[in-house]
Amino acid sequence: MSKTLFEKVWSEHTVAEETADTPAVLYVDLHIIHEVTTPQAFTVLRELALPVRRPDLTLATMDHSTPTTPVHSLRDIEVVGPSAANQIRQMQKNCDEFGIDLLGFDSELRGIVHVIGPELGATQPGKTIVCGDSHSSTHGAFGALAFGIGTTEVGHVLATQCLLQRKPKTLAVDLDGRLPSGVYAKDVILATIGNIGVDGGTGHVIEFRGDAITSLDMEGRMTICNMSIEAGARAGMIAPDEVTFDYLHGRPRVPKGMDWDEAVKRWRQLKSDDGAHYDKSVMLDAAELQPMVTFGTNPGMVVGINDPVPDGGGDPSFRKALNYMQVESGKPMTANAVDVVFVGSCTNGRLSDIREAARILEGRQVADGVRMLVVPGSQQVKQKAEAEGLDRVILAAGAEWREAGCSMCIGMNGDTVPQGKLSVSTSNRNFEGRQGVGARTILASPATAAASAVRGRVADPRTLS
Amino acid sequence: MKPITRIESRTVVLPSKDIDTDQIIAARFLTTTSREGLGKNAFFDLRYNRDGSENADFPLNRPAAKECKILVAGRNFGCGSSREHAPWALLDFGLRAVISTEIADIFRNNSLKNGFVPVVVDAETHVWLLENPGAAVIIDIPSAMLTLPDGRDIEFSIDGFAQHCLIEGIDQLGFLRNQLPVIEQYEESRSWKP
Repeated sequence: MSKTLFEKVWSEHTVAEETADTPAVLYVDLHIIHEVTTPQAFTVLRELALPVRRPDLTLATMDHSTPTTPVHSLRDIEVVGPSAANQIRQMQKNCDEFGIDLLGFDSELRGIVHVIGPELGATQPGKTIVCGDSHSSTHGAFGALAFGIGTTEVGHVLATQCLLQRKPKTLAVDLDGRLPSGVYAKDVILATIGNIGVDGGTGHVIEFRGDAITSLDMEGRMTICNMSIEAGARAGMIAPDEVTFDYLHGRPRVPKGMDWDEAVKRWRQLKSDDGAHYDKSVMLDAAELQPMVTFGTNPGMVVGINDPVPDGGGDPSFRKALNYMQVESGKPMTANAVDVVFVGSCTNGRLSDIREAARILEGRQVADGVRMLVVPGSQQVKQKAEAEGLDRVILAAGAEWREAGCSMCIGMNGDTVPQGKLSVSTSNRNFEGRQGVGARTILASPATAAASAVRGRVADPRTLS
Repeated sequence: MKPITRIESRTVVLPSKDIDTDQIIAARFLTTTSREGLGKNAFFDLRYNRDGSENADFPLNRPAAKECKILVAGRNFGCGSSREHAPWALLDFGLRAVISTEIADIFRNNSLKNGFVPVVVDAETHVWLLENPGAAVIIDIPSAMLTLPDGRDIEFSIDGFAQHCLIEGIDQLGFLRNQLPVIEQYEESRSWKP
């Protein structure tokens, strides 16, 4: 019988099939953990005197609560405040006690969970990957089945390397056509969420297909899968191909020599069979897309950069969102002056994103009164960007260049947008207060964000070549 | 987890769609290493004005809401992040269940593991509940029935296993650990190793 990519990975990891009375037992090949969603899980293990069953399949780092200022000694973490600093120390203690290697402040490999997994080659096609973080869907860009879990489930995986899961449905999103210049993966996924809605993927695993997807590099594909959760989807997946294998080849944690050849042979089978059934499907024309920006308080409230903000037809939730954002319907978002610009996060904090921002900033200045923060997704991204001189371009333009972390995407470490200020951000969520109490967030691509920093208002990156 | 079979309460209504987990508990309250005491921060930015005073217009602040255990919310409640702090905060705040037409996947999973009951109802029942805050309703887990004040029983869907775990107070980790022999066998027999 024809199978989808999702069904292939799912069935290969089913330890026990689901029945009417019980969910499936699903094996987890890679468990990524960070400091925010794990402490309570380790507490449960201690209470039950249980070990971590497979520390070798557990990848640990710190990213959410961490400072983006340099950390030379443990004293330097105190800038994030006593509670966040305590969480960082607790993570170190938990990993020490349970025998888990931690990519902490002494490691050049530290970074955002969803940036370092692929960077290390720990993320591979056909794996099941989970993390106590909803943006775990990022890893699906490699043809892995990857999804976010809660802390109780983190405990389940630590103790058994398995999860109890009901099999989700499947949704095919076909994106055909050539992306116009100035339109990026971020614009594609924002347009997709705008089309299917923030709950359009609920209960489903999305498979992204079509030449607008296969023509993207791995970093673009990660941006797409990263935001699957913003459409409510359980996971996002893209079938692996030569682009995937080229990206992974030679990375530290991929198979070597003959094992690599064997792995690639296996990975080539990871595509949906002809005639495979999806529960739902959607088609979008990528050639028609333009740079996209959000105007409301969820990622589905999105509009083309030069199009007028819609009026919502009297929906009270819509009106509430526009009030919060202080945005007028009928006008394009370019009418709005900007206070803060953030380039970074697990959505857009990779090298190609920093390059795009730097390309726009080169020889230009961040507008007066605008604060621009550029935060690499990992310490490796930081090093590579610096080797290319991107840090100097960014600093010369008047923006800040920081250490790796989640930073202003979630604002847990003190990197926040002040009350009432308008931010153009390359992150993934424009929820009320997401970037700070009362902060107003517009989601956009790194190019749109950098162009907005230069113009001092929301700007079309195509106007700055 | 304590067994839960029946929740009887008046409802409190938050009609907005897409109430995300950042609104339920903002990220700045996630630097804790405990699951206790999060209720005081539930819906913080909606419950309090910028000057720290209580927002009297927010439904959960009204005197009648104090004893309510059942929240009725707009479509797609609990969307956004995977933070289990969201159901922890709602439970600590005194709520026991949420009723909507759609509840986000990860939030629903997290809720069921903590005895916070997500109830998905049809659009017509939902509209009635949204328009009648303070309605005295009963959520009965064994029969998967929501009883409205006029005595009408509305069936809601709940995963059979989750229902069983709620009624019996079963800890799913215990269930999973009983599978360890099968898990070991799987690890031995699979054709490639991660």
